[in-house]
This record gives sequence, C-alpha cells and structure tokens, in this order.
Amino acid sequence: MVGGAIGLAGVAVAAALYTQLGSLVTALPGAALLICVALPVFVGGGLLLQRAGVTGRSPGGYPLTLLAPSLAYYAAFFLVPLAFLVAFSVATPLGYGGVSYGFDLGNFSQAFDPIYLRVFTRTLRFAAIGTLLVILVGFPMAYWLARYAPAKRKNLFLGLMIVPFWTSFLIRTYSFLIVLDPHFVLSRGLEDVGLIDKPLHLLYTNTAVQIGIVYNYLPLFVLPVYASLDRLDWKLLDAANDLGSSAFAAMRQVTLPLAIPGLATGTLLVFIPMMGEYVIPQILGGGRVDLMGNIIQRAFLEQQNYPLGAAIAMVLMAALSLFLILYIWLSTRATEVGDA
Amino acid sequence: MVSLRGVTKRFEDVAAVDRLDLDIRDGEFLALLGPSGCGKTTTLRMIAGFEQPTEGEIFIGGSPVVGVPAHKREVNTVFQQYALFPHLDILDNVAYGLKQRGVGRKERRGLAAEALKLVHLVGRDHARPAQLSGGMQQRVALARALVLKPKVLLLDEPLGALDQKLRKAMQIELKRLQADVGITFIFVTHDQEEALAMADRIAVMDAGRIEQLAPPRELYDEPATPFVAGFIGDMSTVGGTLAGDAVELSGGLRVPLGRRLVEAANGAAVRVGLRPECATFRPAEGGPGNAEVATAMVLGDRLQVLARMGDGDEVLLRQPRAHGDAAVAALRPGDGLSVEFHPEVGLLLECAGAATAAPVVAPTPQEVAS
Ligand SMILES: Nc1ncnc2c1ncn2[C@@H]1O[C@H](COP(=O)(O)OP(=O)(O)O)[C@@H](O)[C@H]1O
Ligand SMILES: [Mg+2]
Repeated sequence: MVGGAIGLAGVAVAAALYTQLGSLVTALPGAALLICVALPVFVGGGLLLQRAGVTGRSPGGYPLTLLAPSLAYYAAFFLVPLAFLVAFSVATPLGYGGVSYGFDLGNFSQAFDPIYLRVFTRTLRFAAIGTLLVILVGFPMAYWLARYAPAKRKNLFLGLMIVPFWTSFLIRTYSFLIVLDPHFVLSRGLEDVGLIDKPLHLLYTNTAVQIGIVYNYLPLFVLPVYASLDRLDWKLLDAANDLGSSAFAAMRQVTLPLAIPGLATGTLLVFIPMMGEYVIPQILGGGRVDLMGNIIQRAFLEQQNYPLGAAIAMVLMAALSLFLILYIWLSTRATEVGDA
Repeated sequence: MVSLRGVTKRFEDVAAVDRLDLDIRDGEFLALLGPSGCGKTTTLRMIAGFEQPTEGEIFIGGSPVVGVPAHKREVNTVFQQYALFPHLDILDNVAYGLKQRGVGRKERRGLAAEALKLVHLVGRDHARPAQLSGGMQQRVALARALVLKPKVLLLDEPLGALDQKLRKAMQIELKRLQADVGITFIFVTHDQEEALAMADRIAVMDAGRIEQLAPPRELYDEPATPFVAGFIGDMSTVGGTLAGDAVELSGGLRVPLGRRLVEAANGAAVRVGLRPECATFRPAEGGPGNAEVATAMVLGDRLQVLARMGDGDEVLLRQPRAHGDAAVAALRPGDGLSVEFHPEVGLLLECAGAATAAPVVAPTPQEVAS
C-alpha cells in the first residue's frame, strides 16, 4: 500500500517534470505509459522484497522495503545515467560519436581550457545577476502576497503566477521573441509612451537572455519564499517595532532571518538551473550568447565528442556542488546564530 | 500619564473605538475590561502606535503622540500570544530592545539577565522560546518589555493562554511586580474577576465606549449603567411595580431600593437588579413562603439558591452557611422559601416607559452554577 503510494508520488513528480519539459501533448501519453509500466513494477518490487523477508525498519518503524521503489527509481533514472557520464568523461573520443572506454584524463585538461573557463565565468555572471534580479523582483512579490494580498484572493494570485507553467517552457521562451522584437510589444510600447525615440534592439543580446532567464525562473523563487513568509507571525514585526526597531531594522532582524529557509530554497532553485541553462541563450541570444549548457550541448550533439561533453558537465557539477555545500553551510549558520 | 481625548477608530464603517475619553494616572494599574470585540485591543494598539486613530488625540507623559511611530514611543507591550522571536534565544529576546537603543553587547546581556531574574526565570537563558512552557514564555515577554523601563506597560490579555491555577498565581505576581517597578500598567482583559483582583481602577468598555471608570468596589456597589451592573459580578433582575422607595413584586415581596439608574414614577412597571448577597433566605414555615426554590446547592462554605419570585423571575441568592443550618442545606427544587431583603439592595435598572436603559441580561442558571 505505502510502497505503491511512494511509487505513485515518484511517478507523479517524474510526470510533472516531463510535462514541464516537453509539450503537453507528447507528455501525457508518455506520463500515462510511465504510470502503467512503472507503477506495477514499483508495487510489485516492494511486495517481492517484503516477501523475500528483507525486514529492516526505519527509526519511524516503517519497513525499509517501502523505500525500495523510490530507491529503484532513483537508481535507474539518476545513478545509472550518472555512471555513464563518469565513464564517458574518462573515455577516449574516437570522433563521430565513437568512444573507447578507459581512463583518459585528457578530456578534463581540455575542459579547463581558457576558452571554457571564460564561458564558465560568463555563465556564473549570468546566473548570479539573474538570481539577484529574481530576488529583487521576487521577494517584494512574495512579501506582498504573504502580507498584503487580500486573503480571499491569495490563491488566485498564486494561480496566476503558476498558469504560464502550464504551457511549454519552449513556447514561453519563444513568445519572448515577440515581446522583445524591435517592432513589437515592448519596443513599440515604450515608443508610444515616449520613453524611447528609436526601436529598442534587445533581441539576441545578453540583456534579452538575462530577461528571459529572470522571467522563466521567477515563480520557482517566489513560491518557496511565499511559503515561508506566509507562515510568519506578523505580530513579531509589531513586537520588533514596539521594542524600538524601525521597519527597516525589523525587516533585517526579524523577517529575513525567519525567511531564510524559503530564501535558501528559492535561490538554489533558480541559481542551479540557471548555471545549466542552454535553451534561453539559444533562442533569445540567437546563438550569439554561449553559456556552459550550450558548450556541453554542442559537444554532445554537434561535435559528438561525448567524453569532452561529459568532462565539462562533471566539472560544472563539481563546481555547483561546492557552491551548494558552501551555501547550505552559510544558511544553516545564519538560522542558528541569532545574535541580539 | 496617558490621556485619550475623543479617540475614534473606524475600520471601514465600523467604529471599533468610539469617541473615547480616558485619563490614566502615573503609576496606576488600570484594567480595560469588556466583552470580546468591544475595542480593547484596538485602544491598546493606538496607545502603542500600531494603529493611528481616525479622530482624536492621545497624550503620553503630556506630549501628543498621534503620528509618532511605535518604535519612538515610550511604551512597551506584552502581546496576547507573547510574540517572542523564535529565532533568538531567551536572553537575546530580552536584550532585543536594548540592542535597538545601541546598548553594548555586554551591558545589554547583563540587564537582560537582571530582568529575567525580576520575573523569576533563571537558568533558561539559552533556550529557544518554543522550548519553554506558556507560563515561562509569559515571563520572557514581560521581561523583554520591562527591561526597557517604559513609562507605560501595555498588556493585552497576557494571562489568557495560561491555565487557571497559573493564572491566579501570575495575577498576584504581576500586581506585586507593578508595585515594585512603579510603572503604569494598562491591562486588557475580558475576565472581570481578573480585573477586580488586580486593578486600581477598571474602565468597563462596551461597543467602543467606556461605560464606567472606577475602582473595583465602586463598580460593584455603584454601577453607573445597566451594562456595568450586569457585567461586573452576578446580578439577577426581577420585574415589579415601583412603590415609593421599594419595588413590589407580585406575590407580595418588597425589594427596598438603593440606587436608581432611571427615573420612574410611582406605579410604573420597572425592573430591579439584585446581587446574590441582597437577602437572607430559609425554608418557609407553615405556608408557601414568598418565593420558590428553582435550584439549590451547597458551595462548600456558602449556600446558593435560584429563587423564583414575582412573575416567575429567577433571582440568584447566596449566603454563608451557619452552624446548624441542616434544614437550609436540605432545600430541594419546589420547596417554599422565605426571603428577607437587606435594606437598600435593589438597583432600579429599567422602567417600562423610560427610553434610556438597555436590558440587562440575567445570568442563566448554567452560568450561575459555573
Ligand atoms: N484590523 C481590523 N480591521 C477590521 N476590523 C477590525 C480590525 N481590528 C479590529 N476590528 C474590529 O474592531 C472591533 C474591536 O476589536 P478589538 O479591539 O480587537 O476588540 P477586543 O480586543 O475588545 O476583543 C471588532 O468588531 C473587530 O472586528
Ligand atoms: Mg483583544
């Protein structure tokens, strides 16, 4: 029963991710197939393990066999591909997609080529600025939603923020071609109100990519931050004011520390995928803006140099893991040390 | 110390506080007492600076404060649910206000520890608020406000979340603390017993207005309005006919009148309020008596009956038990009762013709029993 539920949850998440990436039409049959095939496998697997007498128990008292389905899913769809990636990264490329497996660190020395390092710093810059902009735009949004939005409308506003996610990521990004086109929405609008006097050439520039990134990742930040602010007891701000804090000091000393879990989740949720972003630069940058994701994609699909692509991906992953560890360490420290 | 002049606060069209005048003396323990929703919290929040009045003026220590933000007022608040900072430990919670004033780290920690000692909470300096019991959190909230030595301390139902026993103990402790520190306390409560037990003066509020501002004894003995009469202490009402300085009930009982809240002509139909200690009673002998027992119970050292008299109005009566009162203690519903009123006990509340008075709700037997 529980094993089935866990499996179902896993499938639901997978299906959600799948619909997110592909268009709805192709995703639905795929998700249905996934459910039809994966569900019996998960439930059956869990039951078989239990039958086989594997009887470990978690601290909560649940049989550990119940974990098996999700572990199996994790292994099949995350660990195995990762192992392939590792194997590729130390293989020797033979050209045209051929590899000879072995232990060749040449790919890594190639991955540290100054050209790639420049792309890496550019990607870092895009992601950092993007994250910063998302925070600047998203935090006030989440704050307003949590504190000032009329209680009856909160779900409506949240819904409005999520609705764009029902259309494909690609379509949303392509739609920005129209928004940013010098002869369409944004440029025309600004001309009409007299803010600019000649068409705005944003398309296929860094700015366009940055705008696209911020737009696409904004809800991913707003939702967790909203969730943590919504739990906040606003009386605490009255208390801070009462004890002599200005509104600004109360924000810094009470609101922000209490919102850290949401802020940490939100920034990670946008920063990490931004570091791997390759579709937005391709569409809105018109191929003129290269980020790490584009390099990796090209290594795999155009040069068919799988080992090089895998090595660059590994380096990127290692760098991100370092960021992640540092970040988690900093944010747990910030919640623990509340100094007055 | 604190003065409110014609203070009105409207939310949309509803006046939560309605042309309120109030003068609170230096060092006084003042209770704002009233039913839920009567505007007590709103009044307190306006004094604290969290809300601005729609109309009127507020003075603290003689200077007008309307428009002065909360963080610049010399008052501090103990919040209803304490509102302790969950991310700070106890010592840092108490030191928070001092930090805002720029007091150095070492000094503010010393002062905070002292304040915690004052409220008898020691040894929990580094616990988080969530790890403390309600009573301890209450003390932290108190220490956090007192450490700033405000001119006025505002307390919004601070004991509301505590259990009965702790509540009684904290009432005594708070009262003593206030006498020790000499700070003006404005204490909001909807519990009349609490107000009677602690306050120097009580402002009884109803529907955004103050009905009466007086010391506890005066409120009980000399209520100014039917609302106050009904709200403070137990009071039953009974209908009869005004006859000089008494009210005649059908059945022949005469209630000798004391204070009159309304004008009434002789012979008018009136209602009169009676406190439980207004009469003595014993079983009727050799006849039906002048009242009938509806319920009777022994409350340890006292006897209580709900006596049906006049046109069937039920009046709650209590008297201390006397030696050898077995016959009185054995009263049963339906028994005849002989009731004898003390002089000047009736409070004339309402006259059929008079428009002024609002009806007083008599306690139901269930409320009386509790
Ligand atoms: N922020 C607010 N918005 C609208 N109405 C309010 C607000 N605060 C209080 N009220 C209303 O004002 C009245 C008095 O409330 P309050 O001062 O909290 O009463 P009390 O503390 O005596 O229970 C109530 O009718 C309440 O609904
Ligand atoms: Mg209240």
